[in-house]
Amino acid sequence: MALPKVKQDATDARLAVLDMPSGGWSDSARQNALSRVRSMGLPSARDEYWKYTKPETLVQPVAPSAATFHSDETPVFGDVDRLKIVFVDGVFDAEASDAMAMEHVTIDRLADAPDIHWAKDIYGELETRGQTPVHRPLAALNTAFASDGVLIHVTGKAPKPISLLYRHEAEESDAILHHVVKVESGAELTILENGPAAARFNKCMEIEIADGGILHHVRAQGRDHQRRAATAMFARLGAESVFKSFTLTANGVLTRNEMVVELTGDDAIAHVAGACVGDGDFHHDDTVFITHDALNCESRQVFKKVLRNGATGVFQGKILVKEGAQKTDGYQISQSLLLDDDSQFLAKPELEIYADDVACSHGSTSGAIDEEGLFYLRSRGIEEGPATDLLTIAFLAEAVMEIEDEALQDEINGRVDAWLSRRRG
Amino acid sequence: MLDIKNLHVQLEEEDKQILKGVDLTVEAGKVHAIMGPNGSGKSTLSYVLSGRDGYEVTEGSATLDGEDVLDMEPEERAAAGIFLAFQYPVEIPGVGNMTFLRTAVNAQRKARGEDEMSATDFLKLVRAKAKDLKIDADMLKRPVNVGFSGGEKKRNEILQMAMLEPKMCILDETDSGLDVDAMKLVADGVNALRDEGRGFLVITHYQRLLDHIQPDYVHIMADGKIVKTGGPELALEVENNGYADILAEVA
Repeated sequence: MALPKVKQDATDARLAVLDMPSGGWSDSARQNALSRVRSMGLPSARDEYWKYTKPETLVQPVAPSAATFHSDETPVFGDVDRLKIVFVDGVFDAEASDAMAMEHVTIDRLADAPDIHWAKDIYGELETRGQTPVHRPLAALNTAFASDGVLIHVTGKAPKPISLLYRHEAEESDAILHHVVKVESGAELTILENGPAAARFNKCMEIEIADGGILHHVRAQGRDHQRRAATAMFARLGAESVFKSFTLTANGVLTRNEMVVELTGDDAIAHVAGACVGDGDFHHDDTVFITHDALNCESRQVFKKVLRNGATGVFQGKILVKEGAQKTDGYQISQSLLLDDDSQFLAKPELEIYADDVACSHGSTSGAIDEEGLFYLRSRGIEEGPATDLLTIAFLAEAVMEIEDEALQDEINGRVDAWLSRRRG
Repeated sequence: MLDIKNLHVQLEEEDKQILKGVDLTVEAGKVHAIMGPNGSGKSTLSYVLSGRDGYEVTEGSATLDGEDVLDMEPEERAAAGIFLAFQYPVEIPGVGNMTFLRTAVNAQRKARGEDEMSATDFLKLVRAKAKDLKIDADMLKRPVNVGFSGGEKKRNEILQMAMLEPKMCILDETDSGLDVDAMKLVADGVNALRDEGRGFLVITHYQRLLDHIQPDYVHIMADGKIVKTGGPELALEVENNGYADILAEVA
């Protein structure tokens, strides 16, 4: 079927300014992705899946410029022992990065990977699977045009986290990065991500976790306020594997984080969580789709948003339990703390269940600060501002606690704290 | 120390007078008990003194060492030395009890122009005080009052009081929901704080608590006023005969 003219024109305009890198082993996946983009068309405001978030600035041919931001603060994860891989405006920076070698882990650059590579079986493959039943054209665009990224293969317990650090130096930068992560049976890795990356950032990460593999992912999206980001993670989980992902977003004029998880082996566990704190011209969208396609799997979605001065939070979360996925334990909660009347939270929680022996619960709430709690704290001598901050951190705690590592929890709480005190001046 | 004069209070949201001219002076070093039937205004008095929203003072005054209390924010009252042990302590999920205590102690010190307490000194102090109240390390770590039993919540109130060392302690039905052992523990905690420089206002329904916390004065409150004042024997009279006789006598 032909695309509506507006969509067709917007898609053509975007594609016209992009060059497909010649990627050797990834060529066929890229060509395939391009043809899928052409047939789907890029998102427009009329798409049901983009009802609450305007995609225009993510789609337009040239990225809207974004001022860069520098501060003397220790960046998040600064004190964590990690293997750093740095991208500046979407380009790998070898000098700023650590040597890409670590016990039980091999790391290659997407841009210079050899002709035959293990990632060929995954690159674009999980992204393609994630296109049904809902189209994610920006992710397909990413597969076709990604200029760089890392391919991480984990064969045992990694000695320290891999930290992907995204720097933003050019005000007009438009970056497309694509990472592939493969965690073998019994292997374990933690991936950290932080930084603003570019004026506009399209990032895709495909994750394959074999039976019994474990992947932790903790992300803090950068401070540069005018930046825009559309990210997507596609994870496929084998039996008894564990995937836990947490994202903190504390700035950014527009952020859309999509998360697509498929539980394909029995007894697998997937937890995805997010905390965002938004002030003013801030739009944050978490779009999550979890598919249970095996026995006795557990999934949790915990998303908390603190919004003030007209900020907007969006949550679209779905649990799909396929026929035969008995004993599924699914949990989904999305909550917002609205610090004034101008801010808004738009939530679309969905359950679709085709098995008869499952436990799935979901809830979504929007509320103001708890007056009783506030009075209790103030009656003990804590001023209204700090008392509100304490309650705000407490509100986010359920999401932050999803991070297993306590030191990383502290890193994230430290960020939230800093954000709150900046707001208080 | 605490001087309440002709205090009239009504609910902000509805035109309903709760306190209709309360006069009460609590001197440093003394324990005053307030008893009275349900709806007599006892808890309202405690809330108005600690600065809870929703009440409007229409007449009268309340001062602590000559300073107008009613004009202060709740945190300023706390820093000035007023402490309310809540009848229903509030649960605050996500805020650790220890963090809460330390933030409160340091906020008050800061408001009074004192240095913050070091982490080590604070830990030492809180451990010692917690031990007296049989509050274990786990209760200190857990979120404020979340999952605490009724007795644990009340002990936690007394722990806060012990840490903050207020001048004027107001206890709002601290005995409610407590068994005999827990009441003894709480009373011991209060008695340990009795001191020449500190005043107490103990609001209770029952005489039982006053067996453990011996008051210097007992006031009977009814329909928004203090209608009778006496010594500890007044509490016994209430225990034996109820309020009816006293209310009939003053009517």
